[in-house]
Amino acid sequence: MQANDLRARDQIADIVGGRRPALGEILFRGILLLAVTLVLGILIGLLVELVLRSRPSFAANGWSFLWTSTWDPVHEVFGILPFFYGTLLTAVSAMLLATALGVGVALFLVELAPRVLARPVSFMVEMLAAIPSVVYGLWGIFVLAPWLRVYVETPLHDHFGGVPLFSGYPIGIGYLTAIVVLTVMVLPTVAAVSRDVIAAVPQSQREAAFALGATRWEMMRIAVLPFARSGIIGASILGLARGVGETLAVAMVIGASPSITISLFHPGYTMSALIANEFAEATTSLYRSTLIEVGLVLFLVTLLINIVARLLVWKVTGGERAGGVLV
Amino acid sequence: MTAADGRPPLGARSMRRRTVEDRAMRTLIWIAAAVAVLPLLLVLYYVASQGLPALRLSLFTAGPRPVGQAGGGIKPAIVGSMIMVGLGTLIGTPIAVLTGIYVREYASGRAAVVVRFLIDVLAGVPSIIVGLFIYGLVVVPMGNFSAIAGALALAVILIPGVARITDEMLALVPHSVREASYALGVPRWKTVVKVVVPAALNGIVTGVVLSVARIAGEAAPLLFTALGNSVTSTALKQPMDALPLRIYLYASGPYKVWHEQAWAASLVLVGLVLCFALAMRLLFRRPAVS
Repeated sequence: MQANDLRARDQIADIVGGRRPALGEILFRGILLLAVTLVLGILIGLLVELVLRSRPSFAANGWSFLWTSTWDPVHEVFGILPFFYGTLLTAVSAMLLATALGVGVALFLVELAPRVLARPVSFMVEMLAAIPSVVYGLWGIFVLAPWLRVYVETPLHDHFGGVPLFSGYPIGIGYLTAIVVLTVMVLPTVAAVSRDVIAAVPQSQREAAFALGATRWEMMRIAVLPFARSGIIGASILGLARGVGETLAVAMVIGASPSITISLFHPGYTMSALIANEFAEATTSLYRSTLIEVGLVLFLVTLLINIVARLLVWKVTGGERAGGVLV
Repeated sequence: MTAADGRPPLGARSMRRRTVEDRAMRTLIWIAAAVAVLPLLLVLYYVASQGLPALRLSLFTAGPRPVGQAGGGIKPAIVGSMIMVGLGTLIGTPIAVLTGIYVREYASGRAAVVVRFLIDVLAGVPSIIVGLFIYGLVVVPMGNFSAIAGALALAVILIPGVARITDEMLALVPHSVREASYALGVPRWKTVVKVVVPAALNGIVTGVVLSVARIAGEAAPLLFTALGNSVTSTALKQPMDALPLRIYLYASGPYKVWHEQAWAASLVLVGLVLCFALAMRLLFRRPAVS
């Protein structure tokens, strides 16, 4: 790898410097190593902390904690299935929507946009990631939820009420609103990473497609998208990880009602929202420990998703990262 | 590559169909771009139109009043945000920048890949989990919620982003610059500190500012660390309020005054974040290089 050649040339500087390494060099490396150790320590500490503090919960709740549906803090009966379901339903739906939209934006930015539009659109999509979660939540409660209730949920309920997907009573607060808010929040991740992955497709691929007489869309379909595919999948999985971990915006619009239902209008609950809503009020130590175990499950899920996504993106970009500053 | 996907070769389909398909897909892509930009405009519009009427001086000079009393403001939240974000930045930035320097300038081969990967993993940890971590690490041993716990949580969230940006910005400094320095007999560490880092400073500063803007908007990690406070407090060992915490509380409450102030607080927060981002954009042109 090229980076290694460069590193070797750096090391020559050490040798040419002669003698033993200077005191400054040793000190500087010591400080750097200290910082890196701290960062690794945070990560290990995080895992250890969560595992240790969730042990009482694990001892009391056992494995059935993962697949039972009763959440009754008063009698200390805990099952997280509805929360797991809510997290998965909202995050996966948001990922699918954001991928469709995000790949469109990425193709627009790299392949179609006139120069005057590319920069501002790129900037605006990245800015979506800069809006704080609570502001999305506020907007979700007071603007989006009422709008969706009147213009989307009610008509769907009136005309297609028989379809299980639209069977719930349209109240605005629930899975649908959470999915829309989450889609907006996940979009910058998917769009920015896809953009960089698509930009990394060699120009010769495009030229080859054009030389075969391809139209512009055919060029994207046969030259760009297959080349960028695993990177785009990586981008959407990164979006999934973000969606799974997103907390307050979802907590504010989802309705805090644990339920396993296919109806999009029904209020629901997610693991992150559960922790946010109940941790400060958890009175018994078992209750608290259980919420920390929910956190541990959430952590492991995001960890797994992130690892898969990073590996996919790295494969395409050759070890370099993709995405903007904020992603 | 095309033969494998089972579709007929390009020329086998009529030119008209191909042109129509091309038009249709290009239109769809334009629509996708338009739809993607829409939410930002909508959020900004509502934050401005709902927030502006509620924006008055007392918002910045008074604390929350009991429900039913007119007036009141969010001073504790503004002061608290400034203290905790400032402190979090002071703690997190040096660690992050040094880690970035290590990864780009010293770590060789496998070590660089591993550390880079772990930084990415840390970046992917949900912020509420960071809150739980600091709760166990600081709040439980101390016995109460505190500003210092909040600042530490924010620092943990700041670190991966800044480390990553530092790493990427250092990569943009041409290697010949380093070699020129070595040729003058300057040792490696001095080359990094006096030549390489200054050359990448613009980008690093941009990364720090954007990350600061990001942690300023985080409420989830503060829920069980700083907790919130309705009186203005500067004591680091006591609970402290923050803008996003206040917005979360007020948005979830039933009172109209709370909602108005939540919009106003959002306007302050979003205005701040966007000003930071825009300033960085204009000062240093394109910050993210991939």
